[in-house]
Amino acid sequence: MIGCFGRRYDMLDNIHFVLLVSRQGKVRLTKWYSPYAQKERSKVIRELSGVILNRGPKLCNFVEWRGYKVVYKRYASLYFCMCIDQEDNELEVLEIIHHYVEILDRYFGSVCELDLIFNFHKAYYILDELLIAGELQESSKKTVARIISAQDQLVEVAKEEASSISNIIAQATK
Amino acid sequence: MASSNSLMYSLFQRSLEDLIKGIRLQLHGDSSFISKSLDEIRREIKLTDLSTKSIALQKLSYLAALHGVDMSWAAFHAVEVVSSSRFGDKRIGYHAIAQSFNDQTPVLLLITNQLRKDLNSSNEYEVSLALECLSRVGTDDLARDLTSEVFTLLGSSKAFVRKKAIGVVLRVFDKYPDAVKVCFKRLVENLESSDQHILSAVVGVFCELTTKDPRSYLPLAPEFYKILVDSRNTWVLIKVLKVFAKLASIEPRLAKKVADPICEHMRRNVGKSLLFECIRTVVSGLSDQETALKLAVAKIRDFLVDDDPNLKYLGLHALSIVAPKHLWAVLENKEAVVKALSDEDPNVKLEALHLLMAMVNEDNVSEISRILMNYALKSGPLFCNEVIGSVLLACSRNSYEIVVDFDWYLSLLGEMARIPHCQRGQEIGHQLIDIGMRVKDARPELVRISRALLIDPALLGNQSLHPILSAAAWASGEYVEFSKTSYDIAEALLQPRTSLLPPSIRAIYIHSTFKVLVFSLKAYFSAQESTSSPLVEESTSSVSSPENAFTYKSISSLVNMIELGLCSLSGTLDVEVQERAKNVLGFTGMIKHKIAEEVTAQGSEIEASRAVAFMEDVFSEELCPVSATAQEKFPLPDGLELKENLEDLQEICGEFLKPVVESNSNLFSSSEKISFSVARLRISDQQEASSSSSHPPESASLLAEHRKRHGMYYLSSQKSDDHNDSNGNNNTLNEYPPANEISADSFNPKKKMNQSKPRPVVVKLDEGDDFKMKPDASSNDEPLSRAIQTALMGKGKEKEREKDNHERSLDPGIKEQSSRKEKKTKKKNGEKSSKHRSRRRSDKDAIAAKPVEIVDFLL
Repeated sequence: MIGCFGRRYDMLDNIHFVLLVSRQGKVRLTKWYSPYAQKERSKVIRELSGVILNRGPKLCNFVEWRGYKVVYKRYASLYFCMCIDQEDNELEVLEIIHHYVEILDRYFGSVCELDLIFNFHKAYYILDELLIAGELQESSKKTVARIISAQDQLVEVAKEEASSISNIIAQATK
Repeated sequence: MASSNSLMYSLFQRSLEDLIKGIRLQLHGDSSFISKSLDEIRREIKLTDLSTKSIALQKLSYLAALHGVDMSWAAFHAVEVVSSSRFGDKRIGYHAIAQSFNDQTPVLLLITNQLRKDLNSSNEYEVSLALECLSRVGTDDLARDLTSEVFTLLGSSKAFVRKKAIGVVLRVFDKYPDAVKVCFKRLVENLESSDQHILSAVVGVFCELTTKDPRSYLPLAPEFYKILVDSRNTWVLIKVLKVFAKLASIEPRLAKKVADPICEHMRRNVGKSLLFECIRTVVSGLSDQETALKLAVAKIRDFLVDDDPNLKYLGLHALSIVAPKHLWAVLENKEAVVKALSDEDPNVKLEALHLLMAMVNEDNVSEISRILMNYALKSGPLFCNEVIGSVLLACSRNSYEIVVDFDWYLSLLGEMARIPHCQRGQEIGHQLIDIGMRVKDARPELVRISRALLIDPALLGNQSLHPILSAAAWASGEYVEFSKTSYDIAEALLQPRTSLLPPSIRAIYIHSTFKVLVFSLKAYFSAQESTSSPLVEESTSSVSSPENAFTYKSISSLVNMIELGLCSLSGTLDVEVQERAKNVLGFTGMIKHKIAEEVTAQGSEIEASRAVAFMEDVFSEELCPVSATAQEKFPLPDGLELKENLEDLQEICGEFLKPVVESNSNLFSSSEKISFSVARLRISDQQEASSSSSHPPESASLLAEHRKRHGMYYLSSQKSDDHNDSNGNNNTLNEYPPANEISADSFNPKKKMNQSKPRPVVVKLDEGDDFKMKPDASSNDEPLSRAIQTALMGKGKEKEREKDNHERSLDPGIKEQSSRKEKKTKKKNGEKSSKHRSRRRSDKDAIAAKPVEIVDFLL
């Protein structure tokens, strides 16, 4: 397995991973742009949520961690965290986080933690439109919203087809 | 039957929402529910129906993402789901692949065709799914096989697809450098795109690429410059600035050129993220551009006084980048930095601390340390120790370069030890001993401070401070001749509360007591001698101050106190403590008797004083630091087998080797003077031998015999004769180059003349004590940077350039390797030398009892 130290030399990533953690320490979303083994992932989450959840409200939004920087911001009961390299721009990442939250907000209509809990895959798809290979790819909220709804439409059409009675009968008699 | 079963499963399959609701309903831990769901998923995922399969996969990826469940076993099913014609299934499949695959996943080979199909799809969303997947799991093979598809997409008319293709290029180049030949031109063309999103994506790619190897992208500077001047998009500008920060660091002319547009951006009212990027670019890459730097520092000041903790932190961070080259920028903001030390955010505090430490020099070290000690007293344990640690580090750097007044520094160390939260006992203890050995002039103060530490009741109870006590105990024994009254020191070493200490440290206390006792007796006897026969040479008594003049009464009260203090220890369970206590008690028993007789009969006193003189000799030799490179100065003789297993040697020589080793390290460390002479040592050894004991001939003959028996392990003496040391010590007897030579600059001729108190000599052995590691240059870069250079250069120059490039990129690798090797051996030697020291200490008695001839073989 590839260790999580020294890995950055062969990976070209701006953002290494994205974490959403609730105030109670429950994980709501994880996205890894660098290869971390499953065990490491759990370790990273545990370590970081320990550090970040314990920070007071008036402190800065950056944490140094294992030679990286983790930029986090709290929105209501959720902490959005992104891990970047030392040389990356912390304020830019804060803006990306804010951007993501705004898009979620627009998509769900004043987003809350429950929306993300029950639509966790949607949160992923939106994130995928925002970042590719750990790089920001789309800075327009409108475009992201349009792309996501177009894709949702595609899925809906397919779903109706699949759940039609004739389809089920075809399955059963196969 | 099977088909009806599968129908049951798919009809009554739990959806993802059901699963989530189920997990939320579990009150007492969700592990049993999860494992039950996992069983379900395992059954469902094996069914042929793709929609059932995909829902099972979706549930699995949910569990993997949020509950840490392993999903690598489902890799093949993910590949199956991806092949579905329905977009929803496909999306779930690709998502699962991106989440769980890595380079070693075996079924990765199976998705090449599927990816190709989707990359060529007419549905742009399918293309986008495939691109996202490739950006995440692209291996060498995938990158090679799909290069042509990515190339086509780079020219796609749909911006949505094109920008994703650009994002993927990064991964493809990284895995398959030959793709550069195909795709690079199109990538560069995109730099002129008018679409801000495409521009942002492509600049992002170049930003990452230049981080790895800036030189290859210098030819593209005009394009980047145009973007820097024209673009108003924050995201794009931040990336371009990062590119220029890298390029300017290798091409100073470029720095001059971009300084103006960057200043313009700074003056414009831009967002904070862009402003910060401008500042960082200037301080890291353009710090020679005066106007730009001044403007950047002014902006940093704005950050520092801002209420936003983020800006404060980043301001401090930017200052720390500029600090090494332009200290004035830090000094200008000193107030803000000091103020930040009391910030509530530990990150801000740490950053401020680092900055303060960067500011430290010999003029302000005491002032800054004073400020920091106050903060250390006030703050919590974590930051307190951070402060103490960084002061210790800064002051000890390069053999205490910035410390001029060692009396002050020693008292600072004493002060640190008394800070309630202090846990840096190890380092403080180490420095106390280190200064004692390196700085002769500091010894009187060291002894004074050590005694103060020993009698401080607060330290005994704190376990992390025990190393300090152990160092203090050692120093007060070793340098007892600088004390005002050795009685007080013995008293401190024997205080009853030492029972709180671990045995290993108590042993040091007892041994130090022994040294104090021997010193006091010596002082007493030589005083006696000089009164009875004034012509006796004043060898040792000269150092003792008038307070140390002993009368019969005072010496016997000292001896009594020591006996009283140690007699209870002669029965302790710890063997080390017991043995040492017994040693001292045995000695006092003998001496006490003699002193008592001395009052009545004059004759026996001579015997006593001889015994004391003998013990004095044991302790008289001084410990010096040993160069970490000492070992390297030995030329490696021919025929020396280093790789052979020498375990049996240990066995054979067990009893002989030890004293020889001792005498050898002895040889290194007894060189106080610059002129180093083994011959002299040997002569003195012989004198001593002829006068006091008959051991040397005996051990010499033993050695000769040993040599005869195990000649194969010895080196021939002729070989090493060739390597006469280069330091002008043309000493034919000395086959070893001097390990302990003092370099000329340790006398610091460059120091300022106007100091009221001259800086004492600090013995300093190794020039490059601290090595900086060069940044890792991964060999992976080579093919990529070569490919890119080729793509950028004309065909004609290609060959020459390639060769050049090859050499250049090879070079750091080699250098790094050799430096690493060097470091390794250094480290080893360091360990060795410290071992010498410690062993020497404990076996001192043995050496003096049997002075052994120094023979010409390697240890």
